[in-house]
Amino acid sequence: MSDATTLNRRIWKFADAINTDDILPGKYAPFMVGEDRFHTYAFAHLRPEFASSVKPGDILVGGRNWGLGSSREYAPQALKNLGIGAIIAESFARIHYRNLLNLGIPAFESATIPAQLNDGDVVQFNLQEGRVTHGDAEYQLTPPPAFLQDALAEGSILAYYRKYQRFPGEK
Amino acid sequence: MIDFSGLTLAERILSARSGARSTAGELVVVEVDQVMVVDSIAPSVIRRIHEDLGGVIKHPERVSIVVDHVAPAANVEVATTQQQVRKFARETGVRLFDVGRGICHQVLMEERLARPGWIVLGSDSHSTTYGAVCAFGTGMGATDIALAAVSGRTWLRVPETVRVNLVGERPAGLSAKDVALHIIRTLSADGATYASIEYHGAEGFTKSERMTLANLAVEAGAKVGLVAPDAALAREYDVPDYLQVDDTATYLRVVDIDLSTLTPVVSVPFYVDNVHAVAEQQGIAVDQVFIGTCTNGRLDDLHVAADILRGKRVAEGTRLLVIPASSKVLEDAVADGTFATLLAAGAVFGTPGCGPCMGRHMGVLAPGEVCVSTSNRNFMGRMGSPDAKIFLASPAVAATTALNGVLSEPAVITEHLTEQTHV
Repeated sequence: MSDATTLNRRIWKFADAINTDDILPGKYAPFMVGEDRFHTYAFAHLRPEFASSVKPGDILVGGRNWGLGSSREYAPQALKNLGIGAIIAESFARIHYRNLLNLGIPAFESATIPAQLNDGDVVQFNLQEGRVTHGDAEYQLTPPPAFLQDALAEGSILAYYRKYQRFPGEK
Repeated sequence: MIDFSGLTLAERILSARSGARSTAGELVVVEVDQVMVVDSIAPSVIRRIHEDLGGVIKHPERVSIVVDHVAPAANVEVATTQQQVRKFARETGVRLFDVGRGICHQVLMEERLARPGWIVLGSDSHSTTYGAVCAFGTGMGATDIALAAVSGRTWLRVPETVRVNLVGERPAGLSAKDVALHIIRTLSADGATYASIEYHGAEGFTKSERMTLANLAVEAGAKVGLVAPDAALAREYDVPDYLQVDDTATYLRVVDIDLSTLTPVVSVPFYVDNVHAVAEQQGIAVDQVFIGTCTNGRLDDLHVAADILRGKRVAEGTRLLVIPASSKVLEDAVADGTFATLLAAGAVFGTPGCGPCMGRHMGVLAPGEVCVSTSNRNFMGRMGSPDAKIFLASPAVAATTALNGVLSEPAVITEHLTEQTHV
């Protein structure tokens, strides 16, 4: 286990139904404000302090239906540019979930873990083993479906397709 | 020969297209009939196509780019990306619908680039709209869209299905928007996540109204919203035989919506599924009324507004912004007098396209402002300031509100309800 996977990670706790306009308001899309700085507007309306104080590796924790709304991949791209380590939510909206995995942002669904974690908690996070440790408590995350893991093993679905010229599971 | 018995509409389409009987939960890889890319996502898609995927598009005739989300361009950054998009279209031979042609979903429907049984992927979440003609229309992000454009294929998990039966007689003047919002209230914003919504009993709904129903399927979390084919659809399109559902399909949930009991509703900020009767919300002062978008910017929507505003004036202190969903809608509205009627009533018109729906231009809201909009999302900050409020409503509610300056129920509905009460 490398040190990099177990460093202290801050938890940023969010409510239910965090939508893509919360994550990145439409008026701050990269093609509106520039590719180099759109990520500085992540959560600009909901938590204006977020983009300037979040640290690479920090973990976002949400409730139900994280990422509902638009198909804009630049919303999770903003989080990736900020170095977000993982997102743990009770459930994810469909298009957004595909976007997260396509960008290689670890996304974990859990009905129970989000309620155990609070804003500002500092946890140990082991991505490879899918484990979160908070004080004496230890939580095991469920990995994404096998099909997506095949793609992630190559780095991303793009990398997988480039290598094999087919999709995982396709003959 | 595939055995289609006992399959839902979504399972039928994905079985036909994958070449083998496929049921909910399975993963399939299918050929895509049309990949739609909008201007705001196109730069990311183009970058992935060039940098990650070799730059060759397998079937250029199956790719359409629509410049609609910020059209015409609002600033130099946007203008520059649209310039790149036009260059890309010229070089690759993909179809381009440029500024003013209209909103992506409306344009693809008008151009017959979505048909029964087709798979249509759009870089816009409201791509569920194509389900109005029983096309498997679904939204995806830039990476998935780039992969589909280059490979001609995509991977899909076969969805479970929530069956919505529309039963009972629809009250006069009750719009498809009201019905769609009632469905979202019933299912909630994540009630159909990862699932298909299958609409039955929509025979009394026009194609435009079916587009409104299917468009809003995504606001219940759905992957697709498929309206069961009927004789009206078959008059306009070739409908594959396999799209006739039997009654033995397995559903995640079956919901009956009794149309006769429904009344006009609004989605109250900041959630689409926060649906309340207009009657409960009447009297809220409104700064801007917006009639347009892929949900409700079609000719029949403008007709409803014109009928309410004919010979009258928009209330002092309220702005009425009308943006037709396409150049064809605009031309038709000019030809039949609808445009002149709305103009005379004080409406301001914008270029066919998405307008201020996602808060980028042509009518963004100031702090404290209230907007009644025929669009599809009322999230915090969606149309501009996070301190503005958006109420989602039908064109009839929107037009009546513009007339009165306060959130109001349409007269035809009030009369109808009064009649019912007095009978």
